[in-house]
Amino acid sequence: MAAEHQINAGFIPLFDSAVLVAAREIGFAAREGVDLTLSRETSWANIRDRIAIGHFDLAHMLGPMPIACNLGLTPLASDTIVPFSLGLGGNCVTVSNTLWTGMAAHGALPDLDPARAGKALGVLIRERANAGREPMRFAVVHPHSGHNYELRYWLAACGIDPSREIEIVIVPPPFMADALAAGRIDGYCVGEPWNSASVVAGTGHIATVKAAIWKTSPEKVVGVRKAWAEKHPEALSALLRALHHSARWCQDPANRGELAALMAQPSFLGVSPALLMPILTGHLALGGVAELSVEDFFLPFGKAANFPWKSHALWFYTQMVRWGQVKHSAAHMALARDTYRPDLYRAALKPLGVALPGANAKVEGALTAATPVGSAGASLVLGPDGFFDGRIFDPDRIDDYLAIRDWAMPTG
Amino acid sequence: MIRKSLTVLVIDENHIRASIIEAGLREAGHEQVTVVHDVAGIARRIAEIEPDVIVIDLENPNRDMLENMFQLSRVVKRPIAMFVDRSDQASIEAAVEAGVSAYVVDGLRQERVKPILDMAISRFNAFSRMARELEEARSELEDRKVIDRAKGILMRSRGLSEDAAYTLLRKTAMNQNRKISEIAQSLVTAAGLLDPGES
Repeated sequence: MAAEHQINAGFIPLFDSAVLVAAREIGFAAREGVDLTLSRETSWANIRDRIAIGHFDLAHMLGPMPIACNLGLTPLASDTIVPFSLGLGGNCVTVSNTLWTGMAAHGALPDLDPARAGKALGVLIRERANAGREPMRFAVVHPHSGHNYELRYWLAACGIDPSREIEIVIVPPPFMADALAAGRIDGYCVGEPWNSASVVAGTGHIATVKAAIWKTSPEKVVGVRKAWAEKHPEALSALLRALHHSARWCQDPANRGELAALMAQPSFLGVSPALLMPILTGHLALGGVAELSVEDFFLPFGKAANFPWKSHALWFYTQMVRWGQVKHSAAHMALARDTYRPDLYRAALKPLGVALPGANAKVEGALTAATPVGSAGASLVLGPDGFFDGRIFDPDRIDDYLAIRDWAMPTG
Repeated sequence: MIRKSLTVLVIDENHIRASIIEAGLREAGHEQVTVVHDVAGIARRIAEIEPDVIVIDLENPNRDMLENMFQLSRVVKRPIAMFVDRSDQASIEAAVEAGVSAYVVDGLRQERVKPILDMAISRFNAFSRMARELEEARSELEDRKVIDRAKGILMRSRGLSEDAAYTLLRKTAMNQNRKISEIAQSLVTAAGLLDPGES
């Protein structure tokens, strides 16, 4: 039987494209009548361009990217919406061995504690400035990325001004480990497997992780060309159901081996399957002999990972304002909030009778422990969702949040 | 009035394609053309060259880095925008389909840049066509080699003439709805397994 819906999608070789990849390769898309064609791209700019001209109907995107498009912050922007999130967490901050040795000498421990690591890093940054040496250089994957914002958030909370005291550059994910090994950068924030790549090569040390800076925090999403979504609501709904089943399959520990083998193939990541086990298990080799299991390191499905919370969109927006990428206005804020579309997610999944959050936004950082929440039909567990500095993000009080000037944690 | 000719920077890791673009630009009267294959240290190069137009291939994974750099006027003295921003939809599609993109200094008039992008698009397309033809010629040659080996195996093991061996391969391919070269490859592989001396 011919598929009912033809959908073209783009992705970047990162592990968190897994839900899209498995939807096609394990057959969830076909089961929903969707013929899903996947094209691997080499840059987020290509993804954006090919969405804009209609080569792709939707794509694997950085969570803030569709917001930046709708705010007109990028060339060739087109109206893009987010009806599905591809997972929570999954990134790390990796530093060079030299830098880690210095941080360890100033109290950093191989426990991924952001506050302790940040404090040690701050001492080194100031030592370097006092010695009149060039500032340290950290890399992220894109200016409009969770990586850029969580790196800056972490540093600022540790009393480091990321705009003045270090240099932040852009490096494509697969090149991070090489840039670190060659000494072109001192550290980077990227998704897996590009942190474990440096650890395995013996050239880097994981200093902290996204899941510690902000627990169960948003990362990649499915960005959909708005014009296409409006024209093909049934195809989009069918795909969202396929992605839901795919995400559930990806989260199931019983499928780890098969998923690692799939994502390791040359047409997807082209790495050894063993390099994909850290993100699948949350058990990370940190560098040297240090190892640690991180709770909720990467969630492709659990804790309502696929729900496009408006509070996530709004937090990204506050970071764009905070770091000077866009001016704050009621109109900009509304554009950001309306980019994420929980209504479309809910409408597509309702027939499945699965647990769905009842609210469109939540207070981020309010849950200190895993908490069952009321939802339509079935039980749902959210959180813990805290920021490491203990701050709370209330999407109804954005002006107060943006008014904060002193972000540094009290030093103790 | 003679206008200063535009300074063009071509960023392309593919040396052959870059030369083709460069030649095209020079033929069109653009004398100030710089070609860069490696983006290491690109910020300094851009500051030195001060290009009016930057042409880059879309396969380059460093596009995100470059775009970020263009938006920081500290590095690049003049803000650089994406040309296709202000171009017509047809040009945008043609550029992306050809696999090329261009960035221009803000304020540069479109009619001065369009011929450069059009030229880049046509040269990129010509290059892809050439690469495709080369690839086809290469695989045709390999197909022929493997078919010759398969024929040889059939001639020896079943005492067929060359024509009869080929007819058998073709008939099998038609029956199985596969290419002759695939059947030939299967036969060569099987023969190799059965008799390591054969292949």
